[in-house]
Amino acid sequence: MSIPDDLLYTNEHEWVKLSGSTARVGITDFATDSLGEVVFVTLPEVGADVKAGESCGEIESTKSVSDLFAPVTGAVTALNQAVIDAPETVNSDPYGDGWLMEIEVSEDNPDLLESDAYAALTAEA
Amino acid sequence: MTIETRLSPLQRVHEAAGARFTDFAGWNMPLRYGSELEEHRAVRERAGLFDLSHMGQIIVDGPQAGEFLDFAVTGRLSTKAVGRATYTMITEETGGIVDDLVVYRLDETLFMVVANASNRVVVGQLLRERSDDFDVEVSEPRLDRALVAVQGPAAASILAGLGVEDLASLKYYWSRPATVAGVDVLLARTGYTGEDGFELFCDADDAVALWEAVAAAGESAGLIPCGLACRDTLRLEAGMPLYGHELTRDLTPFDAQLGRVVDLKKENFVGREMLAKAAETQPSRLLVGLSGQGRRAARDGYTIMADGAEIGVVTSGALSPTLGHPIALAYVETARAVTNATVEVDIRGAATAMTIVDLPFYHRPRP
Repeated sequence: MSIPDDLLYTNEHEWVKLSGSTARVGITDFATDSLGEVVFVTLPEVGADVKAGESCGEIESTKSVSDLFAPVTGAVTALNQAVIDAPETVNSDPYGDGWLMEIEVSEDNPDLLESDAYAALTAEA
Repeated sequence: MTIETRLSPLQRVHEAAGARFTDFAGWNMPLRYGSELEEHRAVRERAGLFDLSHMGQIIVDGPQAGEFLDFAVTGRLSTKAVGRATYTMITEETGGIVDDLVVYRLDETLFMVVANASNRVVVGQLLRERSDDFDVEVSEPRLDRALVAVQGPAAASILAGLGVEDLASLKYYWSRPATVAGVDVLLARTGYTGEDGFELFCDADDAVALWEAVAAAGESAGLIPCGLACRDTLRLEAGMPLYGHELTRDLTPFDAQLGRVVDLKKENFVGREMLAKAAETQPSRLLVGLSGQGRRAARDGYTIMADGAEIGVVTSGALSPTLGHPIALAYVETARAVTNATVEVDIRGAATAMTIVDLPFYHRPRP
C-alpha cells in the first residue's frame, strides 16, 4: 500500500499536500482499496468554506458511500474536473491525477499525521 | 464464543491472484481481484470465473426424497425429470421466506439442495426436522464440496475447449454429470448473473485443478476471476432477489412477486395454509424496480416517498455498471407499485426522483 512520505494524512484516510498556504487534498491508496471502484464524487463548490474534520463531500463506490472529511480549515479554491468527469481516476492514481480539491488554508490542523504514523494506523486496520 | 472463519478450498489461489477478501456469512471470500467494474464487464461481454464454495450443498437421498421435498419446500420436486434444476423456496409455517433455493434432481431418489451461505446451517436443520416421517437421509451442508461458476457469453465455448461435449443440449436450468479437465463435476446451466453460464459442483480436493484449468482455457477469450462485489451488481441488473435484502422471513414469496415458486396444488407442505391465504390476498407492498438518473445510487434502507408520504424502502441499489444510471430494488405500497410512476427516494437528505420500471433492468442479448 503506497503512502508517500511527503504528504500529511488524516485518520479518515484523506491526504494533504501543502504548498505554502495551499493544500491539495485527496484520498489515500488504502481508502480507494477499501472502497472499491469510485463511481461518483460530490465535492464542495469553489469558494465554500470547509472546516477540518467536518464532512464536505461524498465518495461513492459501487458498494458504498463514504463522507469526505475536510483535512484542513479554509476556502475551496479549485476542484479537479478530471475526477468529477472520470471518478475512477481516484483509484488509478490516488496521489496524482486523482486529487480532489485545493483549499486555501486559514488555520493549521495539528491533528494531521506524518506518513509513518498513518502507515501505523493502516497497519492496524 | 469464537466463530471460526471458513476458508474456501481455493483460498490460496485467490491469495496468489491478489484478491481482496470479505467476510460473507462467516466465509472469507474474494470481494474482487482488481476492479469490480472490469469484472462486471467481463461477465457481460466475455466471461468471469467465480468461487461459490460458500454456498450450502445439502444432499437429500432416499426412496421418498421427492415426496419429502414436496413437503419441505414450496415447489413440486417429485415430478421433475432427472437433471432438472428448480428455483424454489423454503418457508416457515407462517409462509415467511427462510431461503431461496435451487434444487437439482441428480437421480430418481437423489437431490441436491443449494442454499445461500448465510442460511446453509438453518436450511439443513429445517430440512432434517421436516424429514422425520419420510424414508430419506438429509446430509449436513457438505464442506467436502466446492462450487465454481463460469458465467458470460463465452462460457460455453470455454468449456467446449476443455473437451465438454454437446453443450448445446444442456438447456438453461438443466444439469448433468460431466468431466471437465479430468475433474468429475455436476455441470449445471445455472447462475446468478443474467448471462448464459454454468455452475460446476466438484469435490473440494479437485477445486484448485478445476479452477486453474478453466482459468487457463478461458484466458484467450478474456475470462477473468470475479469476486462477490460484481456478483451483486450483476444479479441486481438481472432483477434477481438476494436473501436478506429482497427476501426475508417477514415476507412471503407473493410479496416478492415470486408466487410462481409456490405450488398450491400440493395438498400438504410446510406453510401451505398461510401461503394459500397470501395467494388470495393483495399484499400490502410489492417488490418493484426503480430507475434513476445521474450517478447517486439509492441504497439498502433508503426511504421512498410520494406526495409527502412514506410509501416504501429500498432493499438493494447501485449505479448500474452496464446501464450507467442508478437502479434499485424496493418494496413499495401496492397501490403505488405502478410501472412508470415517479417516486422520490431520500438519498442522504436529497429527494431524488426515480421511476418504477419492469424487471429485469438488463436482458442479455438473445443469440
